[in-house]
Amino acid sequence: MGRRILFITTDQQRYDTLGVNGGSYSRTPVVDALAESGVRYTRAQPTSVVCMPSRASMLTGQFPSTHGAWMNGVALPVDAPSVAAVLHDAGFATALIGKAHFEPFMDPFGRFVENALANLGVPTVDQPWYDGRLGVHRGFDHLEFATHGVMGSLHYAKWMREQHPDSLAGFYPVVDTDLNVNDRGGGDTGAPQVQFNSVPREWYHTDWVAQRTIDWLGACDDDSDWFCWMSFPDPHHPWDPPRAEVGRVPWREVELPANYPASAQLRESLIDAKARHWRAWYDGTLVSNYEAPKNWVPATLTADQVREVNALNAVEVELIDEAVGRVMGYVEGRGWGPDLDVIFTSDHGELQGDFGLLFKGPYHVDALLRLPLVWRPAPARGIAPAVVAAPVSLVSLAATFLEIAGQPAPEWVEGAALPVTDDDAHQRGFDATVTEWDSSLFGVDVHVRTVVTVDHLYTEYGPGTMHEGNEGELYAMNDDPLQRENRFGESSAADVRATLHERLAEHDERPGERATPGLLVAPV
Amino acid sequence: MASLRYERRISASADAVWEVVRRPESISDWFPGIVRCTVDGRRRTVVTATGLEMDEEILTIDNDLRRFAYRVTSSLFRFHLGVIDVIELGVRDTLCVYSTTAKPDTLALLIAGGTAGALEEISRRAELRGAA
Repeated sequence: MGRRILFITTDQQRYDTLGVNGGSYSRTPVVDALAESGVRYTRAQPTSVVCMPSRASMLTGQFPSTHGAWMNGVALPVDAPSVAAVLHDAGFATALIGKAHFEPFMDPFGRFVENALANLGVPTVDQPWYDGRLGVHRGFDHLEFATHGVMGSLHYAKWMREQHPDSLAGFYPVVDTDLNVNDRGGGDTGAPQVQFNSVPREWYHTDWVAQRTIDWLGACDDDSDWFCWMSFPDPHHPWDPPRAEVGRVPWREVELPANYPASAQLRESLIDAKARHWRAWYDGTLVSNYEAPKNWVPATLTADQVREVNALNAVEVELIDEAVGRVMGYVEGRGWGPDLDVIFTSDHGELQGDFGLLFKGPYHVDALLRLPLVWRPAPARGIAPAVVAAPVSLVSLAATFLEIAGQPAPEWVEGAALPVTDDDAHQRGFDATVTEWDSSLFGVDVHVRTVVTVDHLYTEYGPGTMHEGNEGELYAMNDDPLQRENRFGESSAADVRATLHERLAEHDERPGERATPGLLVAPV
Repeated sequence: MASLRYERRISASADAVWEVVRRPESISDWFPGIVRCTVDGRRRTVVTATGLEMDEEILTIDNDLRRFAYRVTSSLFRFHLGVIDVIELGVRDTLCVYSTTAKPDTLALLIAGGTAGALEEISRRAELRGAA
């Protein structure tokens, strides 16, 4: 029996976009089938709601406050621990194809390896490892990168520039002339980060990632062990899927999300019940982080724009599902299916109109916190299909890969391997997950810690530009699944608040060595 | 417009640190990602590892103050000012300050990110020079 792991990630995909999770617009039969024959998690949470810290946690099995890449624009040290390095040592062929983002994209000096590899045209390069040895970059034999479009110097952008230069203009310009996230509107509704893209589907990054994955797998021997991280840049903004595919989900037929209050008065009253940076961003008086357009005011978002964004998001999710289907078909054709573990997830969610907002930021509610997570264990392992409702964290992924590979988890791994049933979760103490946020951009500092249990979502804000350090949010998950009623200040919630405060304190005081927090050297 | 500043305490004399940074053509030795550099009078052109070419104007090379100031004049920037100050604190104790002011703000962050790495390399070279 061989050992093969296909790790599939998307970017900025929320829980409710999969059919198996109740999504009604994107058809996702491939991932749904993986879920139905494997373990589906209904309460999976990232360690951070932005890309770099969250992805670094997948690789290291550590929280951002441990691995040190605390925000986008802070590089994960090249010698950070890496589960791929352990698998490489164990004889696995290792690849990451698509979006990595352990290092900043915006890199005019070409200082970071991810950008340099594309320039050099080599599959990897030796770097110092966490244990002092030299080895392939972060443990990967093969790296080919893509991100959200054709700007920059990564492999997909270079490929498009070389092979299909006439199609470049079809992509949305992700940043504006000031290098801020672009607020330019497009599509039918003028929604930000939307554009009709003339690129043919087969040249779009989703299909490129799948094809390059198949090409890499094609070079693997039949009996080889491998770990392949296939990482799709979508459905992260910009929402510019190939125009020929847009008709799959007509936006005028898309209903508004349950958590989009149609009346501005209700939207604003809900936001006003939360910590005050919510309203400041909504009104356009606060820019706390780079990930949303600096010059866009969320209060201007219209219902039709929400519909169009969500329709295009659904199209992108469908294209990913079909791309996963192509890769699965190839893998099955090679006879690897019975020995193949597949894990599918995303790095964080997307507001998608909830509370009248788009994009992401220090707003720890389910739109950003609740993720799709599916583990289809190798059929030969005989693990029964299950739905796990216990809270789990993506910090557990590294330990899960190691368990699949039959490797002991090193001391530096903070998360335990994912449970395969709720009983398993209960016995192993999976009862809470923590998400961290620390940002500091041009004098605006925000620090957030959130713990989610079966019953509550609890957030504390540390001292910063908008917070004194005594603010917070508390939502009862069963009575208030949309997180509309902030009970943080209610005297009747004092005991719950104290208990959850203690959980966050335990998280802060957890044992283990912390990396020195990295420098913010780029916006993203 | 955004201003960002990195500084580093270096275990070398101020003269040794200044010797590393004072020559305009030396930037490709110590600024990470600058792979080539040509100097023509007060004009300097640097090329980065991504192939980006940036024209610069040397504003000040003050051997008494140990101050090096320059501007990136390429059209990417609406404004840029880079200043390196080498300040003697003791016999083998020097503070090197690298300031970046730029518009758009995002470029200040990107350039300053590079200066943090530059200070590391300046420090390494100055300490080697001091030990020699």
